[in-house]
Amino acid sequence: MAFVADVFGQALNGLAYGVLLFLLSVGLTLIFGMLDVVNLAHGSYYMLGAYAGLTLIAVTGNFWLALLVAPVAVALIGAGIERTCLRPLYRRGPLDQVLLTFGLIYVFEDLVKWIWSGRIRSIPTPALFSGSVTIFGATIPSYRLFVIVFGLAMAVALWALIEKTRLGAIIRAGVFDSEMTAGMGINIHRVFTGVFAFGAALAGLSGVIAGPIQSAYPPMGASILVPALIVVVVGGLGSLKGSLVGSLIIGQAETFGKVWLPGASMLMIYLVMALVLLVRPQGLFGRPLK
Amino acid sequence: MRSLRAAGFAVLVAVVAAFPLVAGNYPVKLLQEILIWGIFAMSLDLLMGYAGMVSFGHSAFFGIGGYVGALALLKSPGLISALLLPAVAAAAAALLIGFFSIRVSGVYFIMLTLAFSQMFYAVAFQAAWLGAEDGIVGVPRPAALGFSLTSPGSFHLYLLVLVVCAVLLLWRIVRSPFGHVLRGIHDNEGRMQAVGYPVNRYKLLAFVIGGTVAGVAGSLYAQLVGSISPDAFLWTTSGEVLLMVIIGGTGTLGGSMLGAAAFILLQSMVSSYTERWMLILGLTFVLLVLFAPGGILGALRGRVGIRS
Repeated sequence: MAFVADVFGQALNGLAYGVLLFLLSVGLTLIFGMLDVVNLAHGSYYMLGAYAGLTLIAVTGNFWLALLVAPVAVALIGAGIERTCLRPLYRRGPLDQVLLTFGLIYVFEDLVKWIWSGRIRSIPTPALFSGSVTIFGATIPSYRLFVIVFGLAMAVALWALIEKTRLGAIIRAGVFDSEMTAGMGINIHRVFTGVFAFGAALAGLSGVIAGPIQSAYPPMGASILVPALIVVVVGGLGSLKGSLVGSLIIGQAETFGKVWLPGASMLMIYLVMALVLLVRPQGLFGRPLK
Repeated sequence: MRSLRAAGFAVLVAVVAAFPLVAGNYPVKLLQEILIWGIFAMSLDLLMGYAGMVSFGHSAFFGIGGYVGALALLKSPGLISALLLPAVAAAAAALLIGFFSIRVSGVYFIMLTLAFSQMFYAVAFQAAWLGAEDGIVGVPRPAALGFSLTSPGSFHLYLLVLVVCAVLLLWRIVRSPFGHVLRGIHDNEGRMQAVGYPVNRYKLLAFVIGGTVAGVAGSLYAQLVGSISPDAFLWTTSGEVLLMVIIGGTGTLGGSMLGAAAFILLQSMVSSYTERWMLILGLTFVLLVLFAPGGILGALRGRVGIRS
């Protein structure tokens, strides 16, 4: 029984991590699908979210207020970046966009070091979820359960937003063919900015939520980006469903890798990626490659 | 024109060779770093500027060359350890990564090469026999033909000979029929396929050649600084070498060496004034992309009207 309880506990840990990855990768995949931009600086919004949350909690003492306000602040930064830096590049090749967003990683990371110093800062767990619960013999911090429930609720809300609303229809149309969408009388540039800011907000949200689990440190944005990119590769570029399934798979692979293969745990997610690519080069839910 | 260029090259080599006679230790070390990163950047330019493959994982080969060179030199400090084994290992890794990656292009290729290089980072970071996060230290410099290359002067000449060989090799490759096929693939892959060239085989071969040269550069780097750490694999290494190629202008080879020089000199100057090197480096990326897409050589050509 102890083994089962252990596996169950680890699976929940993996689920919490997967949910964080989902909030990140959904923005990454939507931004790619619509704007055709691989936003390497996407992890920076995760980092900015964590630090904005840190300051807001320090000032107001309220985690929930930080959870609400920090993503808005990050969204505004994202919108500014899209308007000033990315918009001139839409007609250029992927190289320029990759270089620009790569440069932004350095800029944001150094700015954070400048403002908040480079050392690790822990973000306190909200009092409401500071305890732990025992399910099937496994003891789980209740904050992790909150993260899982919150993340899955966000996934459902996002699905409803994208599949059931007019705005979602515009976004889906933009992912499919942005020029045609513009031709139908939609102000596609405003939608681009909106999607980019929305993706940044989700990454910021993910950063605030991750704070109490992983603390805040400047290279956190760069180090979460690679797993998020792998999620997108595994799930398929531009696919919302793919980013959910990919996140859950990668979350489990990373967590169980740490438990069962401690000497090579970081390798696990790459093995999963290589396996998926061998079978389906376009990712699990991606459109076939041209 | 041709003899003029050869004469210019010879003068440049002579100047580099004589540099330690007039300069102190620190400038010489900077120059050696520029030479090594220069051929690393040129090997990436072969992929980017000629075959049109933008790799964001070129650090994989630099790191593998560095690690294999370091391990082998600790066992026996000869030229086989210093050059041959790193080259073979990097070539094998390039074959493997290339097999997966060249089937896709554009953004997908960028992401795959990035992910693969991080896979090697993950291995190096966790493997105890590779020194884990500290890497391998105390890497000796090799001995060749009975001469020890540990003295600064002999190491400088050894480095210079190898760099000149690498430059001539790459230069010869891009001007060979093979190089012209690569340019053809860059310009119009579909047409080259239709004309009957096995495009993927050409791309894979270019990828392996680029990876091999990068591996030798990695081994030379380990010999220069006497150590190698997982950071060599990190994607920031790939990003920096990419920036060197872009600064110099893609598809020029010589520009890559110039880009490496600009990058390393800027880094050493800026770091002596301020701790905000990362911020300046990041802004350089952003401003370069927004305002000077053709790189230094490109901008010069546009302004002054120089044509190669």
